[in-house]
Amino acid sequence: MIYSYFPGCTLKTKAKDLDSYARMSAQALGITLEELPEWQCCGGVYPLAKDEIATKLSSVRALSASHKLGHDLVTLCSACHNVIKQVNRDMRYDEYISSRANNYLGADGQYHGETNVIHYLELLRDIVGFDELKKKVVKPFTGRKIGAYYGCLLLRPGDVMAMDDPENPKIIEDFIRAIGGEPVIYANRNECCGGYITLEDKSLASKRAQNIVDNAKSNGAELLVTACPLCLYNLTKNTSESAVPVKYFTELLAVALGLKEEL
Amino acid sequence: MSEKVTKEDIIRISGVNPLKCMRCGKCSATCPAYDEMEYHPHQFVYMVERGDIEKLMASKSIYKCLTCFACIERCPRDVEPAKLVEAIRLACVRRQGENHLTDDEIPALLDPDLPQQAIVSAFRKYKK
Repeated sequence: MIYSYFPGCTLKTKAKDLDSYARMSAQALGITLEELPEWQCCGGVYPLAKDEIATKLSSVRALSASHKLGHDLVTLCSACHNVIKQVNRDMRYDEYISSRANNYLGADGQYHGETNVIHYLELLRDIVGFDELKKKVVKPFTGRKIGAYYGCLLLRPGDVMAMDDPENPKIIEDFIRAIGGEPVIYANRNECCGGYITLEDKSLASKRAQNIVDNAKSNGAELLVTACPLCLYNLTKNTSESAVPVKYFTELLAVALGLKEEL
Repeated sequence: MSEKVTKEDIIRISGVNPLKCMRCGKCSATCPAYDEMEYHPHQFVYMVERGDIEKLMASKSIYKCLTCFACIERCPRDVEPAKLVEAIRLACVRRQGENHLTDDEIPALLDPDLPQQAIVSAFRKYKK
């Protein structure tokens, strides 16, 4: 099965691990991810304003390119997924935004939200299937207590992301079970890590991030997994030395499938 | 936008109807930035409704909201307070010379592990 793939700016630089283990694992699972031939940074945050059109265009171009190729579009970074999926909704249902964005596309053809945007986790759950994934695991995380860290962007707004219940999600917990681990549920798993505020106010990012890792640890987590490079940064660089380690979920996937030695 | 920003401007930019709010306070109760804000999400809603735009524009609160979508998700009336915060913030940074963060400031803020995502996100929020 062939899917278009949007890696995003950070997966080409500071988060190469998130990207490379995802590609490696997809191949092993019989999924072909074809990186879009041309793509631009999504901008990191969804432009909420009705009159922000130009800032939505990089997403529109990626969505339109994927539509022309006739493939669903797979994303991996939580931020890219959030931005692209929300823009896709605008292109489909918001006539004001869609007509103005289409003015920019001009001769490249019009786009009206036709592309199906799926996160890599949804690929594992809905296309591969967690039961099938489990059968392919050669190095299970038996006995490891692993906490899912969703953060803010992967699930919200719930009616647009439509990945899982935004208040009581289970997709990453089910992934952890599929690779043989024991998921740890903790209250702060879908709280904000502090995001880009680390640039302006490190103490604020530290406060948020420390709350999350402390909450995970006190519930027994010995390892956290995330799909977001900025979450990983805040939870590891803006917390105390004794904080619980944080990894990309794709790295655990690659280990479980025997594609990587160990964490 | 050098002239006075009106309630109508903010409603147009945000697409929010503040009259839908029934003032339950759930947005502020769920806001992770509550402690750092001078005006809280529910106050943005009724202050916009009252036309108190200048006060909101002058407040540092507009840079404390990180758009985590908690208030948008949990509002029982679908008011979407974060969109008002965003519209006020845009009304500020769209003014000539009012960028909250400039390119020159970036090098001093970098560390080797900082993901690009942090910088592009901050620019989207802080700069025009």
